[in-house]
Amino acid sequence: MEKIYLDNNATTPVRKEVLEVMFDLYRGVPGNPSSIHFFGRQARGYVDEARRKVASTIGAEPSEIIFTGGGTEADNLAIQGIAFSRQEKGNHIITQATEHNAVLHVCRFLEEQGFEVTYLPVSREGLVDPAEVERSIRPETILITVMTANNETGVIQPVEEIGELARVHRVPFHTDAIQALGKIPFSVQALKPDLASFSAHKVYGPKGVGVLYIRSGTRVRPLVYGGHHEGGNRPGTENVAGIVGFGRACELAIDELETEGERLRLLRDRLRSGILEKIPNVKRNGAPDLLLPNTLNMSFEFVEGEGILLGLETEGIAASTGSACTSDEPEPSHVLSAMGVPGVLAQGSIRFSLGRENTRKEIDYTITILAGVVRRLREISPFHPEEGS
Amino acid sequence: MNIEAPYSDKVMDHFNNPRNVGEIEVPDGVGMVGNPVCGDVMKLYLKVKDDRITDVRFQTFGCGAAIAVGSMVTEMVKGKTLEEAIIISNKKVAEALDGLPPAKMHCSLLAEDALKAAIEEYRAKQEGMADVQSEHHQED
Ligand SMILES: Cc1ncc(COP(=O)(O)O)c(C=O)c1O
Ligand code: FES
Repeated sequence: MEKIYLDNNATTPVRKEVLEVMFDLYRGVPGNPSSIHFFGRQARGYVDEARRKVASTIGAEPSEIIFTGGGTEADNLAIQGIAFSRQEKGNHIITQATEHNAVLHVCRFLEEQGFEVTYLPVSREGLVDPAEVERSIRPETILITVMTANNETGVIQPVEEIGELARVHRVPFHTDAIQALGKIPFSVQALKPDLASFSAHKVYGPKGVGVLYIRSGTRVRPLVYGGHHEGGNRPGTENVAGIVGFGRACELAIDELETEGERLRLLRDRLRSGILEKIPNVKRNGAPDLLLPNTLNMSFEFVEGEGILLGLETEGIAASTGSACTSDEPEPSHVLSAMGVPGVLAQGSIRFSLGRENTRKEIDYTITILAGVVRRLREISPFHPEEGS
Repeated sequence: MNIEAPYSDKVMDHFNNPRNVGEIEVPDGVGMVGNPVCGDVMKLYLKVKDDRITDVRFQTFGCGAAIAVGSMVTEMVKGKTLEEAIIISNKKVAEALDGLPPAKMHCSLLAEDALKAAIEEYRAKQEGMADVQSEHHQED
């Protein structure tokens, strides 16, 4: 059976062009970038080139790019790094309720370490109110961290306004831009964050490679110690092939941003209207005009999400009930709960996240299969009102 | 490479073709229970004659495992006496499905609890009726 992958916010397949440069690297560039002999200098050259590519993708200077072991690590380095380097100045951090666990769990850890964290609520549409951010700022506030776009709903936060407020109040601003990269324009020159996190595997690059953008002049305390690599911010011999793969993935993502973004938006809208047309009692989640072009999150009343996923999987379709990282937790998504989606509706929510490989045919097939699966599950559900009543 | 399926073939069979789905118009016992772990719900209907389960149906707002355990438990109890049925544990239901993943064992409780609740409701009604009948006798 042909498989249809509609879970591109969880991860994307490494694209051919990226794989090729990585393969060439593994085969032909054996050196350690820290070595001073030819092999080392050759590897260093490739890492530097990749750093320039990532930097130009987001409008940064190469010296502001720190390669990490993934997006989670980039978030940790940003938040812990600022918290521990600024703890003399204050102990208060502002974030918001729908962040990824790579941010929320770090904040919880910091609370155990004596920091105070404000978790701002979001609207029904999933948006943070910048005015509430401003009201929460205190003299002891040392960091504001708000994601650019949400992984479960695709909701894009008003990060420009929040960043502006942070600058006015001289509080460092971090944004988890992991889902935004390659899907919507993102430039540190436009947004002016002090720190921003990225992850290669969300843009058809390898897993286990991330970037933390650190504005020049901003200091963070490293998470690990052991060397001078990445300016001492992230010691350890570089993942050369992974870094080069990320560089290439960024380059391609920027080249294709507009055309692919538009193509995905049309496909996503086709999926949305197909679902609304064929399936009654469906609710959309997230501000409809402020969404990543590839993401669709919908609640199917009277049924539970895992059953829908299992039904789709039987027909070769892979989607998700929320973030992949939380799929072992039986509780409904913290993102939808924060948006005030009632528990039973949140339990019947599915995230479809589209990517380069999806076609119109796949979308149409998905709509048909999904309608059948939901109908069948509703027949089993004690909550489903009888036909005609 | 071996990709481990989350559920056994038996679970998938019962998920894809659940047995005894729906309601019983005039049931002798109904049990509706919620799962405190995940908030999912199962409803089970019984038809009883001479202390024997003659028909049984279920409905669930639950995950794939919940559908499978609901379907399986209805197969297991049909034709059984209430004494035989009430001792069916969630583990027995899971075993009959060739097992459930550890994170999904809590789902099998829905089946056991819904069955017990339906039997108890039946018995309570019976006692109620017996009381009413004996009251009538006293009035005679
Ligand atoms: C918004 C967001 N932040 C952080 C992460 C974690 O990134 P990584 O998987 O590279 O550790 C992800 C994805 O998993 C994400 O979607
Ligand atoms: S997760 Fe709720 S019954 Fe399985």
